[in-house]
Amino acid sequence: MATRHLIPGAAVTAAAALALSACGGGTDPGGSADDGEPSGEITVITQRTDIVDTVFMDYKERFEAEYPDVTVEFEALTDYEGEIAVRMNTADYGDVLLIPNSVTPDQLGTYFEPLGTVEELSEKYRLVEEKAYDGQGYGVSITVNTQGLVYNKKVWEAAGITDLPTTPDEFLDDLQAVADSTDAVPYYTNYADGWPLSQWDGNRGAMGDPEYQNTHVAHSDTPWAADEWHGISDGLLFDIVANGLSEEDPTTTNWEESKTLLGSGEVATMLLGSWAITQMQQAAEDAGASADDIGYMPFPYQVDGTFHAQVAGDYKNAINVNSEHKAAARAWIEWFAEESGYAYDEGGISPLVDGPAPETLGDFDAAGVEYVEMTPAPAGQEAYESEVVNTAEIDLYGNIYRQELVDVARGAADGDKESFFAELNQRWADARAAVGE
Amino acid sequence: MSTVSSPVRGAAVRTTATPPPAPRRRGPGRGWRVTPWLFLAAPLGLLVLFTYVPVANMVWYSFTSWNGMAPVKEPVGLENYQRIFTDPDMFSVFLVSLYYLAGAFLQLGLALYFATILSFRTRARNFFKGIIFFPYLINGVAIGLVFLFFLRPGGTLDALLALVGVAEPPQWLGNPDLANVSLASTSVWRYMGLNFVLFLGAIQSIPHELYEAADLDGATSWQKFRYIIAPGIKQVIGLTTILAISGSLAVFEIPWIMTGGANGTTTFVIQTVQQAFEFKKFGLASAMAVVLLLIVLLITWIQRRIFPDEKVDLT
Repeated sequence: MATRHLIPGAAVTAAAALALSACGGGTDPGGSADDGEPSGEITVITQRTDIVDTVFMDYKERFEAEYPDVTVEFEALTDYEGEIAVRMNTADYGDVLLIPNSVTPDQLGTYFEPLGTVEELSEKYRLVEEKAYDGQGYGVSITVNTQGLVYNKKVWEAAGITDLPTTPDEFLDDLQAVADSTDAVPYYTNYADGWPLSQWDGNRGAMGDPEYQNTHVAHSDTPWAADEWHGISDGLLFDIVANGLSEEDPTTTNWEESKTLLGSGEVATMLLGSWAITQMQQAAEDAGASADDIGYMPFPYQVDGTFHAQVAGDYKNAINVNSEHKAAARAWIEWFAEESGYAYDEGGISPLVDGPAPETLGDFDAAGVEYVEMTPAPAGQEAYESEVVNTAEIDLYGNIYRQELVDVARGAADGDKESFFAELNQRWADARAAVGE
Repeated sequence: MSTVSSPVRGAAVRTTATPPPAPRRRGPGRGWRVTPWLFLAAPLGLLVLFTYVPVANMVWYSFTSWNGMAPVKEPVGLENYQRIFTDPDMFSVFLVSLYYLAGAFLQLGLALYFATILSFRTRARNFFKGIIFFPYLINGVAIGLVFLFFLRPGGTLDALLALVGVAEPPQWLGNPDLANVSLASTSVWRYMGLNFVLFLGAIQSIPHELYEAADLDGATSWQKFRYIIAPGIKQVIGLTTILAISGSLAVFEIPWIMTGGANGTTTFVIQTVQQAFEFKKFGLASAMAVVLLLIVLLITWIQRRIFPDEKVDLT
């Protein structure tokens, strides 16, 4: 499903369009979301073009039964990030929409109605602070994701593996066992599509420290040292490829096909967010196998004998600051988080603090994985890491340097692990010096 | 004008409105002089608005460190240009263009060959014309995807090679030594049709009597090509050569879709896009675009010196 990942180009255009509109924004930040009873017709904009005519119609029916004075209309956008940014230059961008990633924290108030203070919202919802500014929360996550590795249980069992690997070395041994005793490709990088490689960055919580990125990563001169997150995760990726445990020709991989390959057991393992689990289960069923074949394991790294996994919010529902039916819009957002069951059906963690745990993450419960919510960067520091990234030209959130890493590891480019990581560290340290703390 | 050619219609027009335009047309009044500019206003306005203003902006950005979003554009002087000309990683990507340049000359040769053959009486020549031109009509994204399947391990090409006994074909895109060759070949397949049509059109505009005269003199096909066709389409050859050179410096679509610039296939334009959109260095990216523009202008100037715009006279 292409809607999952963001095309960087589109996001930037979107950001530029927003920056322009911010100059001409004449919107009134006053008014409250809670004035009056929910009534009127609201337009809800969604990125889920695939289920807007099915699942969302069911939501509409149930919601309107509960709030008879409200009529809900949907608009689904294919290229959500790109299209919504253009719309947001006008006042007409629906009543409820998802906060685009291109909106910076200080712009939130220009476009969205504050839902309440972060403290107050946090009693009910997870990860409100991800889209907050000046103590005000602006959105409620549609679902919450965690990070780990999807794997085909049948293949791993056929290779005689019974315990989850707890260190990168064990993980490599296990992949070797898969290579030796089955026909499956032990690990699939999805190199050609690129964005799946960016998933390697998303699990800094595996280090078990909510403050990790406020003390390491952009605050370290050596993120690729053997005991820091990027050294561990990228190091594992390097070793997988260098040991020949990944697909034969990474340049011709195909994301849609990779789902079928994993579902049918031709590929054993892929590192992806928990959002991928339901898609893989579906692919397994479509390939004539069972959804139960798909397992989800935490990143093979333990702190004090415990696995940790980062949780992060997906898109967040928010209210258009220009909406004429804010009460109805707010009712929808709350209903969507609390009663629609969207997160649960998607196999995600509930956006509610006390929401139901999804069945898809039963493996994590069994493994005793502890979830880690990362602390956002302190005020004024939000852009620091991305500045270092841009100055160093090492795209932590992208795929350019990880594709190079794979090329070096498979011998298609010059260098080895030490020289490659030393160069990354060097460029990173230089960039940090150039940006300044 | 139709009012003159058709008395009936002229009468009808006259009854509906306006006095006869004749007196106004004759005098050198002001309205007459402004009229052409009024007609030109729309295209010139669009040209300025969508070509010269953006280019001027780009040149301005190239002297700043703008990140694409910030309201302030910090001037940095020549820093961006200095980086382009001192950082070896920046210019080494032009080496990738050499693959496409080689491909472009192969493409011109093939196009000229086919255009010449098909301009003579050949069996099913319209069918072959269609086949050769067809790839150019296909969307570049579609071509990229089709060739991805064609070139992948165990794909169509490998299956074809297996039929003729090649058991272990190389990785066409995975092998860094071959990836650019594969991409350049895809590019040749796609753009040969355009060159072919340009050549064919030029060849067919050569007067037919010249061939007849040549036939009477007993000229061979090669002689006809050498002394009639080649000089007759010299201008078009010069033009397509320039297009091929500047095109191979500015390759973007095919490698972007097929490999995304990975595995050593990054071209100058891909690098520009990455600097602008991945690393938010619009200033540097603008400078790179300016450099590319200057290189293309330089090549065009050289071409004009080699092929001056003279009138071709075959007689």
